[in-house]
Amino acid sequence: MDSAFFFTYFLQFVISGITIGSIYAMVAVGFNIIYNVTEIINFAQGEFVMLGGLIMVIFYNKLDLPILIAFLMTVIVVAMIGLLIDQIVIKSIKQPTVLTLIIGTIATSILLKGAAMFIWGKNPYDLPAFSGREAINFFGAVIQPQALWVIGILVVVVGLLSFFFEKSIIGKAMRACSDNQDAALLVGISVKRMILLSFALSAAIGAVAGVIVTPIALMEYDRGAMLAVKGFAALILGGLGSFPGAVIGGLLLGLIEALVAGYISSGYKDAFALAVLLILLFVRPHGILGNPTVAKFKKF
Amino acid sequence: MLSIEGLCAYYGDLEVLNNVSLTLKQGQIVSIIGANGAGKSSFLKCISGLISKKTGRVIFEGNSITNFSANSIVKKGISHVLEGRQLFNHLDVIDNLNLGAYLFFKRGNSGLISQRRDEVFDLFPILKERSRQIAGTLSGGEQQMLAIGRAIMSTPKLLLLDEPSLGLAPLIVSNIFSIIENLNQKGTTILLVEQNANLALGISDFSYVFESGRIKLQGTGQELLGNEDVKKAYLGH
Repeated sequence: MDSAFFFTYFLQFVISGITIGSIYAMVAVGFNIIYNVTEIINFAQGEFVMLGGLIMVIFYNKLDLPILIAFLMTVIVVAMIGLLIDQIVIKSIKQPTVLTLIIGTIATSILLKGAAMFIWGKNPYDLPAFSGREAINFFGAVIQPQALWVIGILVVVVGLLSFFFEKSIIGKAMRACSDNQDAALLVGISVKRMILLSFALSAAIGAVAGVIVTPIALMEYDRGAMLAVKGFAALILGGLGSFPGAVIGGLLLGLIEALVAGYISSGYKDAFALAVLLILLFVRPHGILGNPTVAKFKKF
Repeated sequence: MLSIEGLCAYYGDLEVLNNVSLTLKQGQIVSIIGANGAGKSSFLKCISGLISKKTGRVIFEGNSITNFSANSIVKKGISHVLEGRQLFNHLDVIDNLNLGAYLFFKRGNSGLISQRRDEVFDLFPILKERSRQIAGTLSGGEQQMLAIGRAIMSTPKLLLLDEPSLGLAPLIVSNIFSIIENLNQKGTTILLVEQNANLALGISDFSYVFESGRIKLQGTGQELLGNEDVKKAYLGH
């Protein structure tokens, strides 16, 4: 294989890795939002992505709404579903420990998947790409314009969220709730409202991911669980609670998968991705960008 | 300023306070002493709203706050420093202090936050040196100072202090107690729960001794310091 040919292939794998990695990163970011407020992992996060794609299909393909309106409506509807999950599932658990709450989110994920199969059936759905499907040539490799949308939106979302949680007082108040709920109440923070906000925000981010990935990868009712697993792996790779960590973890996972699928076999891509995750857990359990000092004060 | 009438409180079915009544006048330091499990901390939690399963009445400045939520009670001007400091351990010192003034932010008064922070730094200069340190990594004494600093950021009228001397070296304890007196002289009313009876009675205008969820004795700090029962049980004489 000559070197130019090798380079083009390599570039192509990197581009697909970054694209799919961006979606994992968005799922990981969604996990982080709820984790940063409650220290629980919401395993229904992948379902928000699935719902984002499929609800957009209704607003855009079936109801023929303009794309921006359909996008906004989808995000709002999924955010409302996030609110309902908090109100109906999370608040109803009588003895809320981190473990019971996580089990609650797994049950919710299964229920949402069942409901989606009932509404949309088992077939995958497509959405038109935002800027058409004409591939862009990049040093011999091809990039779908939608991939640029995915990466661009990820950068914007992560930038805004990092600013929100690191710099704004509401973001810090949300993080304070995960640290010590009694102390948060005693300084006047409404913990219930913050948890509600975290569910709405992470559902909205999930919906955005669903809408932007469907034109590339289609969307069907049972996609959520695998996305949740991959997003969770990205989260652990990058460091629980860190937004830049979620991005690095997601991109790394996407790259490993794409390179293994390209050079070895697509059958091994998940195994390699999870093996890297395990190795990292052995040598750096707080993740690539997690802060080991802060990690000591967290429940997990 | 604060009046508690017939307060009973429960953890599940277990009664932790039984018919406690007391009053607190503005500008006073009132202390509560007693053994472990006497209901002292639960009593403070009933006032600040962290314990909601209770009967009786909590009246603050003439209004009942008995069934208010904890995040509403702080708005009335009551700040509570919990036992064991209970900081936001993974945030730094400045963030902890800023969140202490979360109410100012909610009222659209964010400008006041940095002014209050400077006042807290005047009171606890070490916190200024540690301003970017993660709270969980501070020493015990510094954590206690930060806990008090965070509680006074919202300029409370009444400060509830739970075991501020717990686990601290004597020199640091006397430093913290002189700051408590200083806060009181500046106008903050203080309700202090403390195992170190000598220290607590020494700075209090009035004190109560709790035993098994009830008030067993009451009197001025000096009266209780001279009481034989108190001497035997709490002062080690």
